Amino acid sequence: MTQQRGVNQVYLGLPTAPPGVGQLRGDRPFPAAAREALGDAQLRRNLAKATGTIRAKRAQVVAEVPDWAELRAAGAAVKDQVLANLDGYLVQLEEQVGARGGVVHWARDATEANRVVTDLVRAAGADEVVKVKSMATQEIGLNEALAEAGIAAWETDLAELIVQLGRDSPSHILVPAIHRNRAEIREIFLREMARVGLPAPPDLTDEPRALAEAARLHLRRRFLEAQVAVSGANFAVAETGTLAVVESEGNGRMCLTLPRVLITVMGIEKLVPTWRDLEVFLQLLPRSSTGERMNPYTSMWTGVHAGDGPEEFHLVLLDNGRTATLADPQGRSALRCIRCSACLNVCPVYERTGGHAYGSVYPGPIGAVLSPQLTGVADNPSLPYASTLCGACYDVCPVAIDIPQMLVHLRSRVVDTRREHSRVPTPEQAVMATAAWTMERPARWANALRAARLGRLLGRRRRRISTLPPPLSAWTATRDVPLPPAQTFRDWWAGR
Amino acid sequence: MRVALFVTCLVDGLFPDVGKATVALLERLGCTVEVPLAQTCCGQMHINTGYTREALPLVRRHVAAFEGYEAVVAPSGSCAGSVRHQHAWVADEAGDPGLAAAARETASRTFELSEFLVDVLGVIDVGAHFPHRVTYHPTCHSLRVLRVGDRPLRLLREVGGIDLVELPQAEACCGFGGTFAVKNPDTSAAMLADKMHHVLSTRAEVCSASDSSCLLHIGGGLSRLRTGVRTVHLAEILASTRSELPEVPAR
Repeated sequence: MTQQRGVNQVYLGLPTAPPGVGQLRGDRPFPAAAREALGDAQLRRNLAKATGTIRAKRAQVVAEVPDWAELRAAGAAVKDQVLANLDGYLVQLEEQVGARGGVVHWARDATEANRVVTDLVRAAGADEVVKVKSMATQEIGLNEALAEAGIAAWETDLAELIVQLGRDSPSHILVPAIHRNRAEIREIFLREMARVGLPAPPDLTDEPRALAEAARLHLRRRFLEAQVAVSGANFAVAETGTLAVVESEGNGRMCLTLPRVLITVMGIEKLVPTWRDLEVFLQLLPRSSTGERMNPYTSMWTGVHAGDGPEEFHLVLLDNGRTATLADPQGRSALRCIRCSACLNVCPVYERTGGHAYGSVYPGPIGAVLSPQLTGVADNPSLPYASTLCGACYDVCPVAIDIPQMLVHLRSRVVDTRREHSRVPTPEQAVMATAAWTMERPARWANALRAARLGRLLGRRRRRISTLPPPLSAWTATRDVPLPPAQTFRDWWAGR
Repeated sequence: MRVALFVTCLVDGLFPDVGKATVALLERLGCTVEVPLAQTCCGQMHINTGYTREALPLVRRHVAAFEGYEAVVAPSGSCAGSVRHQHAWVADEAGDPGLAAAARETASRTFELSEFLVDVLGVIDVGAHFPHRVTYHPTCHSLRVLRVGDRPLRLLREVGGIDLVELPQAEACCGFGGTFAVKNPDTSAAMLADKMHHVLSTRAEVCSASDSSCLLHIGGGLSRLRTGVRTVHLAEILASTRSELPEVPAR
């Protein structure tokens, strides 16, 4: 007991992601945001179609791999090894990147990371950057920070471009515009492309090929003109100082090779120890995320090379609540996550609410365990409850993160945090305490069940109850309750 | 075989017919059934809502109530799942390794009904007769916590007179999730709507499952919409014979 408490004190004391910068917190609790999303028929249709398709593709290509279970165990083990020795591997990475002509910057949080990147872009004399799709830079709100400094950040991933042009926010880790359909994308391109650059062709159709071609032409000039690129990273190899980005469109390859200056922002948990460890993740990631056997583009770079690629390479290592997450023994395996988004695609909650309801750039099951840990549970108390604990997420996770168990653990942290902050119990606390008190003694329980028979009066002459007072009215708004029986099971048994 | 029935609080208080059916079925198969009246609730609702501290005395009570029985059988995948996968954790969280060890030992002889029938008693054909069109919802915790697989369906396929129809997207959650149904009522209702749509698409007259909590949810929706489809627990179907039809009112 004392040991457990000691651990708690340590992780509660570590800095979490600061408020007011980046996107890890919503402005409403999940149930309220979800209610609105659930009423959007177009969104519901887009999500059901997209998640259904990608779910089936993933299931098919994962089933082809005879040693998937072993790969999954290896992925989890490699990441656990990294997390247990993160301090050493990070220093090793810094040495290797430095030895090959790169520069490493350490950022405690979103504010520091944004300042580092802004200063680097200014030092390069640029007022615009091209971006490779990156969750870390979405997390810290880099585009907004750059805009405040008068620097335009252009997203070059097709879906991120759709989101940016639509003045929207991403709703999925891998497919940020999953909430949009082809017709909506066509309208956004026609309306918005001219505002920021090369207009869309006036006869644009909603054929995927035509949409992709319009985006390609729109982006081409940006790639050729940009002096600075900003990327995230899927992996970093500590042993060699190599960074890796996997993608499907080739926009990443353009950003990583054409501009003079490359700035990569990476969460500190993205490391693997050795080059060879990539073999595990380059099998796990594409099959889990896009349902492809292999992703079309895998770019890897190690430092800088005269006459080939960027002249300057900067690596920004981001904490932003990750060390606090690492300090919780029951929460730290969330840092194994490789952002494949398989858990989003199978989640029955995500499938219906979409990503915006989670209020964080990390939605779905992994977001429900990661966001509250990065911000501290007090800032995201509704997210651990945004799940039925159905377990589908755990089954598909390529690094075996036991998300349902972690959700239960984080729920207890939410309840304990509330208890620490107020001596006055919430109505829920009172109900739970009373229920536990009643169930602690069989005699009390038997009496409570007999008293519940009075509920039979609620049904009047019918066999069902259709209205109950709050908070149970949330149940009876859409479902009946059967009448309590005339005799409980235990009374029947006792009289048998 | 001497079997303790872990009846579950929901069956005890709201669905006693499920408990009676489980007793009848196990006795018909030659078991000596006992119901330790010291049992109340496994504490799953508390644990899954974050009230681990409040759940501790319930775990302690559960472990004591079922001490010494050769096998403990529950007509619920999620309650058996809580005993098998959560009780020791609750004890460990509270820093009580003795209770954690005892909880692990209790867990090792706790079975969900279909597991007990197929794995321990080794029966598939339980001699049941249920002449109705039935579709079966396999429940999340039976599938993904206990991994009971197709055991319930294997049992149902042997039932005389049954017209068993496959439920589309059977493995999808019905949206109950314990207090989720009240904390996130809109999302829960959206999931329930899809589950009901699939149940209705089968044209079954009965929707069955091996968990009264999921059936409370699905049945509550089917009743509210006056679909005329009723929910019947797996135990009630397996307990039915040509001579003894279950006392099942429409819910």
